[in-house]
Amino acid sequence: MVLQLVMAPNWCGCGVASANSTKISTNAFKMSSNRFNFSKPYPGRAYRVTAYYSLTTPPYELDALEPYMSKRTVEIHWGKHHNEHVERLNKHLKTSAFYGHTLEEMVKATYNNGSPLVEFNDSSSVWSHDFFWESMQPNGGSMPKGGVLDQIEKDFGTFTNFKDEFTFAALSIFGPGWVWLYLKKNERKLAVAPTQNAISPLVWGDIPIIGLDMWEHAYYLDYKDDRSAYVNNFLDHLVSWHSVMVRMMRAEAFVNLGKPKIPVA
Amino acid sequence: MALLRSIAISSNKTITLARSARSLTTATLPPLPYSYDALEPVISGEIMMLHHQKHHQTYVTNYNSALELLHTAMDKGDVSAVVGLQSAVKFNGGGHINHSIFWKNLRPVNAGGGEPPHKKLGWQIDTDFGSFNALISKMNAEGAALQGSGWVWLAFDKELKRLKVETTANQDPLVTKGATLVPLLGIDVWEHAYYLQYKNVKLEYLKNIWKIINWEYAGEVYEKEAQ
Repeated sequence: MVLQLVMAPNWCGCGVASANSTKISTNAFKMSSNRFNFSKPYPGRAYRVTAYYSLTTPPYELDALEPYMSKRTVEIHWGKHHNEHVERLNKHLKTSAFYGHTLEEMVKATYNNGSPLVEFNDSSSVWSHDFFWESMQPNGGSMPKGGVLDQIEKDFGTFTNFKDEFTFAALSIFGPGWVWLYLKKNERKLAVAPTQNAISPLVWGDIPIIGLDMWEHAYYLDYKDDRSAYVNNFLDHLVSWHSVMVRMMRAEAFVNLGKPKIPVA
Repeated sequence: MALLRSIAISSNKTITLARSARSLTTATLPPLPYSYDALEPVISGEIMMLHHQKHHQTYVTNYNSALELLHTAMDKGDVSAVVGLQSAVKFNGGGHINHSIFWKNLRPVNAGGGEPPHKKLGWQIDTDFGSFNALISKMNAEGAALQGSGWVWLAFDKELKRLKVETTANQDPLVTKGATLVPLLGIDVWEHAYYLQYKNVKLEYLKNIWKIINWEYAGEVYEKEAQ
């Protein structure tokens, strides 16, 4: 997440053309009071530094997911839809009480236990879309290895069972939504769940591991109404098991997935 | 042994057959009153074909399956199954209702599509919204502001005897917003309704769709309800 520094209203960003700055000290190396002060270009005026969100770039070229997700889809999905959410979020933040929160905090707080506040939709969409691009990679899919595979087999029986459950959940959504593989903190196991609109497992306190956007704009240009082809291609060719591994590792800082090794006397 | 069992089962079946002699009226996909490409260039033939043959057909098919399951659950007295099926019935049944109205709301330009409403509906629009253009602006604004999927409606409130602009989410039919609301005109703002042609520019789709709106149908429904 990149924070952009934006100076408050009076800063024009252009070469300062005020009477004060034309005074150039003849001895430029002296720490004199004539030295140009970049943080206060107009002495006597008040300043407020503000920071807003910007559109993070997917970790691959926009055509890298072809032929399973076309460049055109990624360009529009990322460049228009995702971008619009960022811009709307920033617009809300100008007057919102949640300015200054991290995105995750904002999603949880603005969900407001089911009566979402106005910032929820955009903040959750921004978070989820960042998560979505990072859930995919070129030459993704196939099988996870090692610890991730073990955990999936432990919690779903077989890898195929996991894929079936994930696909079923994806196709069961009425209207726009997402499908998630997530880690249940309390039960300390992986699970699959569909959600409506912009909701993610963050709102109920669990840890998302894979997120797949099931809104029509995510697949319509490439697959028209054939949602199962979209989900199958995601699982077989796009999902980044590398990202999953990293996310699981991070999750283990919060959730103890191991079995205690009790020494036998 | 097998024979005895099948007799027992068939006698049970006779009882159930008698109870479900009220026949199950399933839904069918209504034909489009115009050809798939008749609404071009406002809505492409490709979109119309997918929208009608795939999306609407899926709602019909899934509604019928949900209805069958509901029927069985009701016969068995399985209350939790009955309750559990409500969302499937609402979603798919709503999709069928809404799209059936939508096809009638559209009309090719060369058959009068886009002709503004006259007579009673025209006057009612002027009374309730100020002008025809004000209504269009309002509906476009509501449609554009809708997050997710849904519909934007021009509704007639039978009780208050006035027009109203409403939105519904997903495939909720208009009655979910008020039992006295009658749909005169519905615009589908699900992405499948415009995405292939307009991509994310929903507002462009909304601005253009007024060129193919069938105000004659809306007027007929209004005059029938307003008596």
